[in-house]
Amino acid sequence: MGGYALYVWGSFGACALLLVMEPLLVKQRLSAVRRLLRRERLAESLDKNYP
Amino acid sequence: MNLINWFRYASPQSFYPLAGRMIPLFWILALLFGAAGLWVSFFVAPTDAQQGEGYRIIFVHVPASWMSMVIYLAMAFWAGLGLALNTRLSSMMAQALAPTGALMAALSLITGAFWGKPMWGTWWVWDARLTSELILFFLYVGFMALQSAIDDPRRADKAGAVLALIGVVNVPIIYFSVTWWNTLHQGSSINLTRAPSMAQTMLLGMLLMALAFWMYSIAVSLLRLRAIMLERERHSEWVKHALE
Repeated sequence: MGGYALYVWGSFGACALLLVMEPLLVKQRLSAVRRLLRRERLAESLDKNYP
Repeated sequence: MNLINWFRYASPQSFYPLAGRMIPLFWILALLFGAAGLWVSFFVAPTDAQQGEGYRIIFVHVPASWMSMVIYLAMAFWAGLGLALNTRLSSMMAQALAPTGALMAALSLITGAFWGKPMWGTWWVWDARLTSELILFFLYVGFMALQSAIDDPRRADKAGAVLALIGVVNVPIIYFSVTWWNTLHQGSSINLTRAPSMAQTMLLGMLLMALAFWMYSIAVSLLRLRAIMLERERHSEWVKHALE
């Protein structure tokens, strides 16, 4: 990289890191809310069926 | 006759499944453009006569900077629409765009610092272009902080929209800063009025990477939008069916 390796790989590395991290965190958020909603529904149906 | 009723998709319950079908398409496009863009960036584009191999940073710096501004405009547009028409999906859209916009602004600043150190001899200067981009980053952070500080989501949407709309004034300041002020940051290499001042292959690499960043931003924002829709509409009937 003609003496620019640190800067070029630093830039591309920072992009790669953040652009991989963000979708993973968002996926985690989506599955967390789905899990919570399923639990709420289960609790509701338990309340209804076994009062 | 209108074949598609666009207003149908203005409600979260019909947009939620549509977003779910669109996300994989945008991921595939992001990967394809990203792979092609990286290949051109490293194997096709020639070494720059003045900046050597260091100039290759522009292949991520320019797309990230463009996206930071485009996402801000989109965020302000949706927030403004939500404020004017009181449509809840528009405000959720603005909320979903903010973190990705902040990420792009951060990447623009980080990659810019990696460019500044070898070329200018400094990681940072208080130049008009750099400072206005930093302000853009703070506007995103401010928007997110303001929204999460207000408990009632509809009030948070309104306050956020006012902030987002006022902040729009910063976008043309960033864009024209290199012509309005004497900045250390170079002028734009791509312009609507004249031919680009760079090799064709360099331009191609930059455009492919820009498309990859576009597709990535759409995919990740739609993914976040789905989470926001479920979080905010959790007590409505459609959410119960959406999980089946």
